[in-house]
Amino acid sequence: MTDTDQERDRNKETAFYKFTQQTLPACKPVLTPAWVITIFLFTGCIFIPVGLVTLRASRSVVEIVDRYDAECVPEPFRIDKVSYVQDDSIPKNCSRFLKVHKYMKAPIYIYYQLDNYYQNHRRYVKSRSDQQLLHGRKYHGTSSCQPVEFNNDHAIVPCGLVAWSLFNDTFKFIRERAELKVNRKNIAWKSDRDHKFGKKVYPYNFQNGTLIGGGKLNPRIPLSDQEDLIVWMRISALPSFRKLYGRIEEDLDVDDVVVVHLMNNYNTYSFSGKKKLVLSTSSWLGGKNDFLGLAYVFVGSSSLILALVFMLLHLRYRRPYRDTIYLPWNRKSLSV
Amino acid sequence: MAASSRRRKGKVRWSKLYTFACLRPSTSEPSSAQELIGQPGFSRVVFCNEPHLHKRKPFKYPHNYISTTKYNVLTFLPRALFEQFRRVANFYFLLAAVLSLLSLAPFSRASLIAPLVFVVGISMLKEAVEDWHRFLQDLDVNNRTVKAHASSGVFVDKLWKELRVGDVVKVNKDEYFPSDLLLISSSYEDGVCYVETMNLDGETNLKIKRCLEATLSLNEDEEFRNFKAIVRCEDPNPNLYTFVGNLEFENRSYPLCPSQVLLRDSKLRNTDYIYGVVIFSGHDTKAVRNSTRSPSKRSRMERIMDRIIYLLFSILLLLSLVSSIGSLLFLRHHMVDWWYLQLPDDNKVHDLDASNQKKDNDKFFNPSKPVKSASLQFIRALILYGYLIPISLYVSIEVVKVLQAMLINKDIEMYDEATRKSVQARTSNLNEELGQVEMILSDKTGTLTCNQMEFRKCSIAGISYGGDVTEVDLAASKRMNVDFEASQLSIDESDRISQSYEEFEFSVSDFSAKKAVLGCREVLDNTNKGNSRLSEEESVIKGFNFRDDRLLNKNWIHGSNSSEITMFFRVMALCHTGIPIEDDKIIKLRYEAESPEEVAFLVASQEFGFQFFRRTQSVMVLKEFDPSSRMEVEREYKLLNLLEFSSSRKRMSVIVSNEDGQIFLLCKGADSIIFDRLADNGRTYEQATTSHLSNYAEDGLRTLAFAYRTVEAAEYECWNTIFTQAKTTIGPEREELLEKASEMIEKDLILLGVVAVEDKLQKGVPECIDKLAQAGLKVWLLTGDKRETAINIGFACSLLRQDMKQFHLSLSREAESNNQVKAMKIDILHQIESSYKVMCQERNKEAPFALIVDGKALEVALRGDVKDQFLQLAVNCASVICCRVSPKQKALITRLVKEYTGRTTLAIGDGANDVGMIQEADIGVGISGMEGMQAVMASDFSLPQFRFLERLLIVHGHWCYQRIAKMVLYFVYKNVAFGLTLFYYELYTSFSGEVLYNDWYMTMFNVMLTSLPVIALGVLEQDVSSDVCLQFPALYQQGPRNVHFSWSRIIGWILNGVVTSLVIFLANIYILSPSAFRQNGYVADINSLGAITYTCIIWTVNCQIALITSHFTWIQHLSIWGSILLWYIFLILYGALPPYVSGNAFQVFIEDIGPAPLYWIVTLLVVIVSLLPYFAHIVIQRSFYPMDDHIIQEMKYCFKKDIVRNNQMWLREQRNSQRSTHIGFSARVDAKVLSFKEQLHQKNYQFTDDL
Repeated sequence: MTDTDQERDRNKETAFYKFTQQTLPACKPVLTPAWVITIFLFTGCIFIPVGLVTLRASRSVVEIVDRYDAECVPEPFRIDKVSYVQDDSIPKNCSRFLKVHKYMKAPIYIYYQLDNYYQNHRRYVKSRSDQQLLHGRKYHGTSSCQPVEFNNDHAIVPCGLVAWSLFNDTFKFIRERAELKVNRKNIAWKSDRDHKFGKKVYPYNFQNGTLIGGGKLNPRIPLSDQEDLIVWMRISALPSFRKLYGRIEEDLDVDDVVVVHLMNNYNTYSFSGKKKLVLSTSSWLGGKNDFLGLAYVFVGSSSLILALVFMLLHLRYRRPYRDTIYLPWNRKSLSV
Repeated sequence: MAASSRRRKGKVRWSKLYTFACLRPSTSEPSSAQELIGQPGFSRVVFCNEPHLHKRKPFKYPHNYISTTKYNVLTFLPRALFEQFRRVANFYFLLAAVLSLLSLAPFSRASLIAPLVFVVGISMLKEAVEDWHRFLQDLDVNNRTVKAHASSGVFVDKLWKELRVGDVVKVNKDEYFPSDLLLISSSYEDGVCYVETMNLDGETNLKIKRCLEATLSLNEDEEFRNFKAIVRCEDPNPNLYTFVGNLEFENRSYPLCPSQVLLRDSKLRNTDYIYGVVIFSGHDTKAVRNSTRSPSKRSRMERIMDRIIYLLFSILLLLSLVSSIGSLLFLRHHMVDWWYLQLPDDNKVHDLDASNQKKDNDKFFNPSKPVKSASLQFIRALILYGYLIPISLYVSIEVVKVLQAMLINKDIEMYDEATRKSVQARTSNLNEELGQVEMILSDKTGTLTCNQMEFRKCSIAGISYGGDVTEVDLAASKRMNVDFEASQLSIDESDRISQSYEEFEFSVSDFSAKKAVLGCREVLDNTNKGNSRLSEEESVIKGFNFRDDRLLNKNWIHGSNSSEITMFFRVMALCHTGIPIEDDKIIKLRYEAESPEEVAFLVASQEFGFQFFRRTQSVMVLKEFDPSSRMEVEREYKLLNLLEFSSSRKRMSVIVSNEDGQIFLLCKGADSIIFDRLADNGRTYEQATTSHLSNYAEDGLRTLAFAYRTVEAAEYECWNTIFTQAKTTIGPEREELLEKASEMIEKDLILLGVVAVEDKLQKGVPECIDKLAQAGLKVWLLTGDKRETAINIGFACSLLRQDMKQFHLSLSREAESNNQVKAMKIDILHQIESSYKVMCQERNKEAPFALIVDGKALEVALRGDVKDQFLQLAVNCASVICCRVSPKQKALITRLVKEYTGRTTLAIGDGANDVGMIQEADIGVGISGMEGMQAVMASDFSLPQFRFLERLLIVHGHWCYQRIAKMVLYFVYKNVAFGLTLFYYELYTSFSGEVLYNDWYMTMFNVMLTSLPVIALGVLEQDVSSDVCLQFPALYQQGPRNVHFSWSRIIGWILNGVVTSLVIFLANIYILSPSAFRQNGYVADINSLGAITYTCIIWTVNCQIALITSHFTWIQHLSIWGSILLWYIFLILYGALPPYVSGNAFQVFIEDIGPAPLYWIVTLLVVIVSLLPYFAHIVIQRSFYPMDDHIIQEMKYCFKKDIVRNNQMWLREQRNSQRSTHIGFSARVDAKVLSFKEQLHQKNYQFTDDL
């Protein structure tokens, strides 16, 4: 044996050699009936419990949804809701009575829900300036904020359509004549407050133009503390969405009646969007959503059924595995 | 030594040896062509030995530098870019990138441009590397050296590329000519030299070139001190066989003809050196002019891929149209009411005093110009849904193919120890085409054979020597034994299995037959001990592969018919035109002759004790072993006449007189010719010899019959005068007279016997052809050689066998002599039709058909209206052999077959004559074992040996086909699955063009997050391992039948993508909205929903590829699971960047979705549900409609415990899969087995009858 031969033999052991010869050790799973049945059974066994647990979590959530946009317009104005909502001279207050049908444990989350509101419209989404929100008037490159960039030659802070159209209905909750304590702090993501909205940036020249969109901001509170704005400016993904308004930090008992005093300021009438008030508790999974649990149970049970069906099929029309009759050359001779 | 041998040879005037040629016309009359010189097209002037004159115009001709590269430094960028953007997909992305600069695109500029640059950059890098390799190869050729005349008679080494027109060069034996040369003189006194032109026209015999007599004397270095001459000749042209020019030398003008021109790429043989003047250099040479730039080939799958891309494009257009119409409707009917958008209104801006308001230039949503807005939306949508088009498909495929090519190149099984060369995939874009080949067109010489003759067998005086048993018999008997053993075992197995093997019944039920079979094998084994081809030993003596103790070691003297044997050997030693070369070290001589056959005879006769050791002008000297004295004696034979071999005569004779003055005519020739000329008393052994002949022929041996007669002195004298008269005749009737004269003397011969030489096949060729046949491939043999040789090789390679029905197409003599196109056409058409009729009648019988076509017939058959019928006939034959075909015809056949059948063809050859065919075929393969590089340079793959074709196709081709198919389908799937979610989201955003995902997520999708697993799949996937591929060549049929890449599969995968995208999108939408998704009551906004949906996509597509993969090495695991992990890592890192970089992905994982249990639960659900349809599909397919690879996988990997039973089944199936072939070694063995059995059966029957 020469040196090179020995070297080659040694090379044969290396992973690289095996790679180049395509002889790397490999596992070659083959889908045998045993595997198939096991996989289906396994999936079923995992999915059904998970589904039941999530369904239980979802069912434990108590949710009160109250649509108020239509009924909060006084009778005489119902013909022309838009002019009602746009007329500042008419008082907008309205009261709603919510009956608690199930015990709700604090914290109870208050959401407002808008339907048919395309916050995800591209023009709308782009019309903001994250840099300005962080740095305030020091930042000048706000062309993205158009058409709400300047007013009377002064920059608007916060600029852009999103801020301009800030939701401004307000809610007060009264139970048995005592006002429920609503916590409106910490409703926005912490990272937004700390990193995206400036601590020393104050609203300026906001809602001063001829067109007034939504809510106004207190110019003495920095943006990082304007949590309503921060929540609003987190764009929702779909045209029907909920946004967090605050938390009621008292439990609500069954048959409690909560009176909501609200200011119906926000114009959704132009585009016939709905407004809803939602009170909801939460579970470890979040809000109420049976879909997930049902989907899990459905998939789990159908894979159990598949396992069963397959088992039966396999017993009935058993193809002996590695049955060579199926090889093309044998098949040909069979047909002949 | 060299000098002495040269001197010795120098004494022999070779030209005089050839009786017919010795009286060459002394003055060639000035032909009409000569008058053309100086006219346009014939304007070249070469100043011999004055190359400096060619440095300035008008005589400035190109250097001898040859370049085959595609690009140079300057043209690389524009041309390579152009090539890249010719691809539709790339062009589309270029357009998208340009539009992104105009802020039309929905994505950021960087995220559109970066992948494009990446993709195009890699492709261009690959181009550059490939071109660089070509450049290096050129460099190698250009830097060869040759001796060139410097000044005052001194020759110095000069690089090829530095040669100029007018240079005088000296080329030594076995060197290539560096450019087209005018032969000035050679080492032979009469100025001839021998040239091997295999690289140019594929002909293996040597050609004689002869210099002008005027320049004969210039045969020393010194003579060139003051040599000056002027050549006026034709301009550069590609015609190999013509040359018009004249030489002005010493104030006289001599006409030149092609025999004075030595062409580049041919080789000097049997001549020590020549002097020549460069007349055409570099790109002017005929060889280079003849070569066409290799066309860039695209594989079949790539063309389908283009169509898939077009399909995806139409989907893209459709979706964009839907989007733009949707956007138009929304804009018209709804958006105007959405006050929060403050849509630009041309009228309003006017009315309001909004001087501080800049004019709103949002063209996408302008209600006063809805159509314009909608069309802009259309363009935006085109870019947005661009993820449907797999941008990285091309680049991934390119990366994969380069890696595949690397693995092919590195395969140690295809490494040839002898030449130290390995397989080279020269273009990597045809790898998968290797898996779809249906037809192989093969050259013969140098490809199947080594162009080396070996003396194998002979039959002397009716006795055959050199072993009777053929390999086929041996293999057949072996097979029967195996069958028998297998059948005994199979009795234990279930009835059903043994039923399907009727073969066994015979051997089981018949024990006496078994014994007979076993006995037969023993006999065969014994007699076959000496038979060597199977025993892999290299024969010690080149050209001699003969083992038979009866003849070797001078044992023949004990034989009864030693006188015939002596005569036989004498014919062998005397009837030839070879010359011996002395080798000082050993007693044995080497020989040089015109054809390798003659060398083989000379070597053999030397082995038998008849050493031909000296030749002078008229005397041949043999060292003979004298049986009576048992001594070695030197005998001189006077060479009286030599009747040359020619293809029409098919025989050659010498007339010699021995020392006693006895005159013999020794003749060798084709058996039919010799048998016609036998004397009545010379037919003693005719019958026995004939049967031996057919045996030899079936083994593919080339046979020649030997005969002799004694000529009375008087008769000779009489004849000689006639012959001399004929020789000296000048004029057209000369040939005829000579022919007549030789007819007069070559008669009344006495048959001695026949010899069989083997045109030695390259190692492993029959086995390889056998495997290829089992894989369902058709092999056509295209050769420039004559029909007999081609048929011999057909037998040797088992392309033909005795029980085949052969159709011969050739022009009848009358048609040929009339030379009328119409008559020839009718003749051929008639032949084709009658053959086809026979074929139709006998189709049901088992016997396969073979078609043998002659070059001239082919020329007619390939013309317009005949060609369809011809091809129809040819395609239905199991094997087709075309002989005497020109390079052009080879290319033509290839093209016609390709076009007519629509099948993938592979052409394999080694010489320049195969270049056309190699370029024309879908895949061209060059044999790199020989020295010539033309075929290799033109080829797509180069192999050192033909036998590697087996592994290249059956293993690598099969793998590459599967890999690329799986890969492309997966690519389509993943991009459809991802791209459609973008569209669905548009439905929820009033078609405004907003995107659910962060730009960089999407950029990462094709570049990082899903690219590695698919590359790993493309490089490493194996349905079955290489040995299984080889054991079941039938698996290869998956490629030609295109089971993995049919349109039903493609559509299926697109649908799978649609389902996946629907599941992913809808599940996420319904689960994550509108209620809170975390315990702290937070709801999912666009950022979280985007990240969660995207996670589901990444998981799904990566798990999908895990389902496709059937071969998991750690690389696959790493790439698949690593890709998923990489997504999380990316999300964390990207989210950790400051918000002005990461935008809405800021801390999305850490703060937002990561801690939400819902996120993980949703991921699990979505992944499982979206994979379920595919999983169900493969489960059903595997369980109820399995494919062959599935079963073999099961057989191989599932039941490791009962190996013994498994092995039985394994072997049996292996054999079963081999059954249905018509050609190849196994088919022959099958046929033999059948006939053996019949014999045995009969014997048995008789035996029982007797009882």
